[in-house]
Amino acid sequence: MQIDLRTVSIKPVRQTFDHIARRFGDKPASRYQEGTYDLQQTDIFHYRPLWEPEHRLFDQQRTQVVMKDWYALKDPRQYYYGSYTIARARQQDAAEANFDMVEERGLADTIPATFRQIALALLVPLRHVEWGGNMNNSFISAYGYGTAITQPCLYHAMDHLGIAQYLTRLGLVLEGPAALDTAKDAWMGDPRWQEMRRLVEDVLVTQDWFELFVAQNLVLEGLSYPLFFDHLDNEFSTNGATAISMMTRFMAEWYAESSKWVDAQIKVAAAESAENRGLISSWVQHYRERVGKALAPLAEVAFGERATAVLGDVTADFNSRCAKLGLAI
Amino acid sequence: MSTVFIAFQANEESRPIVEAVLADNPHAVLHESPAMVKIDAEGKLVIKRESIEERLGRDFDLQELQINLITISGHLDEDDDEFTLAWKN
Repeated sequence: MQIDLRTVSIKPVRQTFDHIARRFGDKPASRYQEGTYDLQQTDIFHYRPLWEPEHRLFDQQRTQVVMKDWYALKDPRQYYYGSYTIARARQQDAAEANFDMVEERGLADTIPATFRQIALALLVPLRHVEWGGNMNNSFISAYGYGTAITQPCLYHAMDHLGIAQYLTRLGLVLEGPAALDTAKDAWMGDPRWQEMRRLVEDVLVTQDWFELFVAQNLVLEGLSYPLFFDHLDNEFSTNGATAISMMTRFMAEWYAESSKWVDAQIKVAAAESAENRGLISSWVQHYRERVGKALAPLAEVAFGERATAVLGDVTADFNSRCAKLGLAI
Repeated sequence: MSTVFIAFQANEESRPIVEAVLADNPHAVLHESPAMVKIDAEGKLVIKRESIEERLGRDFDLQELQINLITISGHLDEDDDEFTLAWKN
């Protein structure tokens, strides 16, 4: 008896879900596409929410920004739950290793006293700002429209929570639990932090979710992260406080990655119409001034008399970034 | 001229790579087998890091190709940015 082996190619009856096929054609779709596009309910809402009867549960009117298709705001990192958690788990491992190294070798003791003070005075109270970032992005994912933007905003919110925890641990490593109380007191009472606290609290009660996105993710992060985790970080590394840089490495890495996502959102929304561009530009101008004012006293703690120059550099970089995104500022 | 080819396992990770290769090499021909995709190209086949990164949305090291690579034929010229198959004799 003779047996012939041959391969039989079986074509699948359908390549992907119908709603994905309607958008991209009937071909194999990526997990990101399947886990993102047209997932949010758009029709047949039986009840209006009791707490806001003028809107539907998911409503495009909750922001002044108008998009023909909210799914145009896609995430260049293509994060869906799986890829996001895998990426962050990898970074978490690296960060843990850094903290372990600092703790095992007692590197915190080698940090010069002035820079230890700067880190305690600036980085630890920042955990309260990060909590604001967490709340704001949670708000966007709750009230925003379209899974393409609400999904990464929820990830962004979790990232802020993670960063707040890293900042907390940095305080614990440098000074122990007392550092957290001191930082909370500074946040609540120190005049140098009050402008920042007012800003964070004002942003917390902003109702337009896209304005919130611009204020929090573009302007506040776009100015404060380069200041604290790039310029100040250089200061730490060049002055023998590399241990602090090791503990804040995730923030620098994360900012480089997440700002690409923020840029993509702003760019697409601004390119949609002149009204959007005008609206986003005016938000940027408004919050840039407020964030600049809030950062000024903090930059002074970090850089002394060079504060204005450093803040000027950061603002200039931010302005050219916005210009590249097509904003008129 | 003769044909060079490269074959990958057909899965979620290799799909953006295959898309990038086909976009960069209009003369390439795709053969889909069960669990495998094979790309034939007359003379030369170039795989560019940049176009894979564009589709993947993250940094990509060309050596990551090896994870899903089944086989290649042709003389290989590899650097950080490009992975080129060609018959150079």
